[in-house]
Amino acid sequence: MRKLKQLPGVGLLKGMLVTGRNFFGSYRNPRRLVTVSYPEQRLLLPESSRNFPFLVYDGNDSVEGLRCVACKTCERECPSGAIRIVQARDENGRPAKHPERFEIGIDACMGCQICAEVCPFDAIKMDSDYEHAATGRTRPMVHNKLRLAKSNTYYHRIKPREAAEVDARLEMERFRKEEARRKREEAARMKKEAAAKAAAAKPEAPENS
Amino acid sequence: MAVTIPSDAAPPPGRTSLAFPARRPGLTLAAAAGVLVVGTTLLVLLLDRKAPGILTGAVVEALAHPATAPLILKAGVLGWLAEGWGLGEPWLGLASISLSLFTIVAVFMGLFALTSIVERKVLARIQNRYGPNRAGLWGLLQPVADGIKMLTKEDIVPAGGDRWMHLLAPVMLAVPAFLVLALLPYGPGMTVVELGVGILFFFALGASAEVAVFMAGWSSNNKYSLLGAMRAIAQMISYEMPLLLAALAVVMLAGTLSPTLMVEAQAGHAFGFVPQWFVFTPWGLVGFVLFFIAALAESNRSPFDLPEGESELVAGHMTEYSGFRYAVFFLAEYIGLFGICGFAVALFLGGWHAPLPVLDFIPGYLWFFLKLYGLVLLAIWIRGTMPRVRIDQLLAFSWLFLIPTGFCVLAGAALWHFTGGGWLGWLVVTPVVTAPYFLLLPRLQSAEANALRTYRFSEE
Amino acid sequence: MNLTRAAPWPAGTAPFADPGETELLELSLGPQHPSTHGVFRMNALLDGETVVRLQPVFGYLHRNHEQLAERMSYLASMPFTDRLDYFCSLTNNWAYALTVEKLAGLEVPERAEYLRVILAELTRLQNHTVFLGFLLGDMGAWGSVLMYGFRQRDAVLDLFEALTGSRMMCDYLRFGGCRCDLPPGWAAAARLVVDSYPGFLDEMEQLLTENEILRARTMGIGGVEAKRLVNAGVSGPLLRAAGLSHDLRKVDRYGIYDRFSFRIPLGEKGDVYDRLMIRLLEMRESLNILDSALRDLPEGPVINPQAKLRNFRPPAGEAYGRIESPKGELGFYLISDQSPQPYRYRVRPPSLINLTLLEEMCVGAKIADVMVILGSIDIVLGEVDR
Repeated sequence: MRKLKQLPGVGLLKGMLVTGRNFFGSYRNPRRLVTVSYPEQRLLLPESSRNFPFLVYDGNDSVEGLRCVACKTCERECPSGAIRIVQARDENGRPAKHPERFEIGIDACMGCQICAEVCPFDAIKMDSDYEHAATGRTRPMVHNKLRLAKSNTYYHRIKPREAAEVDARLEMERFRKEEARRKREEAARMKKEAAAKAAAAKPEAPENS
Repeated sequence: MAVTIPSDAAPPPGRTSLAFPARRPGLTLAAAAGVLVVGTTLLVLLLDRKAPGILTGAVVEALAHPATAPLILKAGVLGWLAEGWGLGEPWLGLASISLSLFTIVAVFMGLFALTSIVERKVLARIQNRYGPNRAGLWGLLQPVADGIKMLTKEDIVPAGGDRWMHLLAPVMLAVPAFLVLALLPYGPGMTVVELGVGILFFFALGASAEVAVFMAGWSSNNKYSLLGAMRAIAQMISYEMPLLLAALAVVMLAGTLSPTLMVEAQAGHAFGFVPQWFVFTPWGLVGFVLFFIAALAESNRSPFDLPEGESELVAGHMTEYSGFRYAVFFLAEYIGLFGICGFAVALFLGGWHAPLPVLDFIPGYLWFFLKLYGLVLLAIWIRGTMPRVRIDQLLAFSWLFLIPTGFCVLAGAALWHFTGGGWLGWLVVTPVVTAPYFLLLPRLQSAEANALRTYRFSEE
Repeated sequence: MNLTRAAPWPAGTAPFADPGETELLELSLGPQHPSTHGVFRMNALLDGETVVRLQPVFGYLHRNHEQLAERMSYLASMPFTDRLDYFCSLTNNWAYALTVEKLAGLEVPERAEYLRVILAELTRLQNHTVFLGFLLGDMGAWGSVLMYGFRQRDAVLDLFEALTGSRMMCDYLRFGGCRCDLPPGWAAAARLVVDSYPGFLDEMEQLLTENEILRARTMGIGGVEAKRLVNAGVSGPLLRAAGLSHDLRKVDRYGIYDRFSFRIPLGEKGDVYDRLMIRLLEMRESLNILDSALRDLPEGPVINPQAKLRNFRPPAGEAYGRIESPKGELGFYLISDQSPQPYRYRVRPPSLINLTLLEEMCVGAKIADVMVILGSIDIVLGEVDR
């Protein structure tokens, strides 16, 4: 069995040297510091940083511009059941394609971003804001539609790369939809024209024959 | 893209953060100093009207002779009392004692406040944190905030505990701790109580701390407290022995029990620059290390903080204490540390003597406090580094290593005396005092623990 | 000459059999206690400072994880697996994803496999790094080592945050791959972190292996016969410290672990010191794996395009998937009845099963050793209680 080749106590002195080096090092090189003095100093968050979801709206109107169509996919998929959506009704009482109420309880939300992942309309995204202190345990913990709605510009500001991707995708989808609509209309027009032609041709036929 | 890619490969890759807002400490410090100086001057001038000239004269004299400033000031105040208020003899003696006591208590309370923040700061910096920096400049007002917090908290006595014993224990701990301060030789002629048997009194006071700790542990009606108190008793009794033995060597060579005379025995410099402190002799060096290790254990400092034993006993004998009484425990522990470090300075580090003759212009009492605080900082540094030992290892370390070393130091001191020091002394004494280190310490641990372990690797 | 070894009293032979002489002290450590690593409780019977009996009590952090998972979709359980062993969310994700992939027969693209290996080994690194700190904290070293460990771990967590958006609750793996691709510059940053690790490990090794107090506190403490460990189902570094070569990365070769060459460090005594050293050595092996994985990382998709995110219904059947998490064998057992929710969902948590021998390790030791032994098992209460 080999013996540890050192005098007793030397290991402790080496430990003292390490801590001493760290003591002076923390003054010489601030990058050594583990902590930051929070309100004055803040860490720069990476783009993918996520904390709490928000609703994206296009344009300037935070109510009309909401991308959300109240399909309730996120409400179904939310693991902690933090989302509550009430679909709006139009004047005829039929379901409309926007939410009447959209509420997220920040006390229940765990920031897992599944809602943002499953949303088919890119309407709900993850925010990197982390200062959500509230003064109550019930109502102030629930963020409503108005509070959740943030503009696409804001989205671009906090997550430029992701937002640009989303915009491109939406643009593409819009383009495809437009294209499909145009094609459909074209087809309808062609059909109508053909029908008109046929109709124009048909009555004459008996007479001609 | 906000991935924080570090700019250089220095380990570890740091995180980007915004700059800390600049502070202007100079202005704050200047303002504080100005307020202090102007306030003191005004107070002195105001008080001086009772007996014109005496107080201001003393202050001017003290400023001119900083080495004996405390004595001059004390004489001035006594003269002012006698002149201005016509105080007679029994009262003047009382005033003289109270003045000394008041000064010592004030100085050490200030030192306690300072240490409580310095310790947290140093530990934080050792761990690469900022430490408290919210209250005041550099967090210097943190002790005030802590004090207010402690004072306004509820003072809880546990149900089923021994109420009076519980309330009395912190006081019982604090009083002997403060009494020790009266014995310390701060400077030439600056001992509060010149006691011929100072060392003896010091050990008597140290022993009474055990009673207080056990009172706290017993009266709390808590098993953690009880275990902590039992540990404290075992620890303090076993570590008083090496403490005593190390001090005894100094007593032998200095030929006195009075700390003041011991310091005087260390005056002068060999070859004009090596101070004749006891720590610069072979037996003194070992004795000092012995004394300091035992002092750490006596004042429950890491790595011997078993009575508190945070990781297993929550807070040991202090578990059930809260509020002001908890603060008194803290106070007593720190004051105890100051006292024991002060004795280490007086016994081995030459007390008020300057390390080099050219540094003699700095007043002796400042040297004393500098040395004392150096030891306190060393204790803090050790606390930031070392893991705690276990109770059986702690006791074995004392009984099987420190106490034999203590006897060797005693023998070494005797040999030093008979050889008359010099190179012969070094030659004879060094093997005697270091023998336990080479012979006993390696055997403290089992052979298994001394072995270097090698590890094999499996590819499957 | 062995001067410090306390003579342990095997239960029943101690001289306190006569209750008139001495009394045993029953001490309840926890659930609120500085070093039980969460809300864990131990009912210890003490003779002076020596432990005579010790009864672990757990369940204070029970969150009904398994029952909850049987009432929600497969995907929705993924963020909850983060919260089992909250130091190692990515390996938890992997164990769960592996099981579901087995159940549904999903293939994982090459790049995703590499990413999983990289993230799992980074997780192992940061888990063992803080383990050292917590163990030293249990010995009363006042957090210095803990903070140095945290500083190093923060570099790894920064990587996790840049990739997954969260430092600890990563929720990154998906059935059939990973959630998103690497952000630009990530691999280079990871390379820097990996390169900075050996220096840190050298410092730690020097600091820890030579420290006399640490050696005295850890050597010969908490060792249990290897046979008992096997019988109790203990896995992970605890088993390897006792000299048994059992690492699922070698046994199962799940994922693409057969492509990497690495070794399994093995201890002999199985005491706390061996456990500590095994973890240190394991980190070096992890660095080797990371080195080659980062070098060979292929291009390609990160998720199987056939994997469905919404309305995921695996075919009926059952599957047990297991991986070598930093703490031991982490397994998930699932039964599917073709509905969107699993019919049965069960976790095999390494922390809980490694804890079963706690009493055997502690009896005869001092009360202060109990904390060190508990720390050396490396439990996380989120996983013990679920």
